[in-house]
Amino acid sequence: MRGWGKGVPGSRIAFVLVALFLLSPVRPLWAQAVVADLSDHLIAVTTGFAGTKLLMFGAIEGEAADVIIVVRGPADPVMVRRKERLGGIWVNRHKLIFGGVPAFYRLASTRPVEEIASNRILARHGIGLDHIRLVNPVADDGELSDFRAALIRNKQRQGLYPSENGHISLLGNRLFRSDIFFPSNVPTGTYNVTVYLLRGGKVISAQTTPLVVSKIGIGAQVFAFAHRYSALYGVAALVTALFAGWLAGAVFKRA
Amino acid sequence: MQIYLPIAELSVNAFLFLGMGAGVGFLSGLFGVGGGFLMTPLLIFAGISPAVAVATEANQIVASSVSGALAHWRRGNVDIKMGVVLLIGGFIGSTLGVWVFGLLQGLGQIDLVIRLSYVVFLGTIGALMLVESLKAMSRKRKPGGKLRKLHQHNWLHGLPFKMRFRRSKLYISALLPLGIGILVGILAAIMGVGGGFIMVPAMIYLLGMPTAIVVGTSLFQIIFVTANVTFLQAWQNQTVDIFLALLLMTGGVIGAQLGSRAGSKLPGEQLRGMLALIVLGVCARLAYELLSRPADLFSIATVLERGG
Repeated sequence: MRGWGKGVPGSRIAFVLVALFLLSPVRPLWAQAVVADLSDHLIAVTTGFAGTKLLMFGAIEGEAADVIIVVRGPADPVMVRRKERLGGIWVNRHKLIFGGVPAFYRLASTRPVEEIASNRILARHGIGLDHIRLVNPVADDGELSDFRAALIRNKQRQGLYPSENGHISLLGNRLFRSDIFFPSNVPTGTYNVTVYLLRGGKVISAQTTPLVVSKIGIGAQVFAFAHRYSALYGVAALVTALFAGWLAGAVFKRA
Repeated sequence: MQIYLPIAELSVNAFLFLGMGAGVGFLSGLFGVGGGFLMTPLLIFAGISPAVAVATEANQIVASSVSGALAHWRRGNVDIKMGVVLLIGGFIGSTLGVWVFGLLQGLGQIDLVIRLSYVVFLGTIGALMLVESLKAMSRKRKPGGKLRKLHQHNWLHGLPFKMRFRRSKLYISALLPLGIGILVGILAAIMGVGGGFIMVPAMIYLLGMPTAIVVGTSLFQIIFVTANVTFLQAWQNQTVDIFLALLLMTGGVIGAQLGSRAGSKLPGEQLRGMLALIVLGVCARLAYELLSRPADLFSIATVLERGG
């Protein structure tokens, strides 16, 4: 495979192969090897939002297999900065910008993923925190891996790349279900939830389900108003404050 | 009770922030200060991004200074002419400050500049206040000390554009209050404070204004300067969180009333000494963060595609 790959990334070849596989009319059963859905396709971030949980459920075809579920948030560029000591104080100095960074990343699997497949297979499909696909900036290798590790560490600290894998329970090697938790600071946007079916260390089927995380209700309206009519929003914030101040003065003068 | 803050994009415990508002409100009522210099660092410690903390705190200060200024207005303790001159400087300074804020945010240095400004200003003011209140306390113990002159004459009184401020019984250069106004305006925009803790000492020691009208006049100026900051931050940087501001205002109003009642029972020098210690405490905490090696040298920020 390496011979005729010649500079073409392995992942792209794999993608073409998988695509051919899935489109191939000769083996229709393989395309249907996994069927899955989410309990809800919309997470509404309302004023009282404190995180939520969705149920991913589905069925697999054929003999015993492993299932991996990956939740990927919308991809955005992220700037990573490194502090350096300058005249005694710590100052942001060097920075790199990574492209295509998923705003959220969560993994669930029937067994630890290292037991399910080799690093090469995991890397090809972007499964696991070590294998998240990013658009790397131009930098030397050592620096790149430092900054990449820092990016993932910071995302973990924010709770957006949960480090422990979610659990998937298999029922009679046929049905699977898994709870997916989303923290209260879950970023908004369009998510992809991908279910991978693996047998003998190889991905034999995959299915992607979209999921939308959106601000709903008064919070969403306030956000939209603040961004669309920002001058008017500023005036509204002022009027509120002036009124609150006057009210406080008036109420407590009598007391 | 969890509440989602739409601009800070964070779900927080409403009671925590009501409590913070009440706590800082209590201190501000107790000491007769705005409290912005305590609230902004507290908000940042609580996980609100510095940009949102500074802008939202400016909005809250509008509310708290309105109720304070109204009370002084009724007692006739506001020098309008002086206030307007300070205000012109304040508008210039705060507009400049909001612009610089946006610039520094783009460079990734806003956190550093906010912290540095806090360390420098809180350190200086806190130390001065502590020394002053210790002196006052020892003077009280040894009666018979000679009275100080109201104010000394120095080079500041040789500046041009002299103006008469009847209410303050002063005939001084307009450049002085204008300059103070500009400095305080810049600080208001960058540090998310009203600037009373700079302006009040400056008015007493630099301008020589009578103490009775200093607080009312500075509150009068603070209303308009923080209003300008709120509007500009909301308009240019979209960083004013109205939900967060409402939580802080509600807590702050209640706390300030309780604080001012408690404050009337304590002697002034001890109050100022205590305030000095709090100011120095906040300063030390921020200085420690700047000087000690951070737990993680790296930080991340989403790259915003502007203008869309």
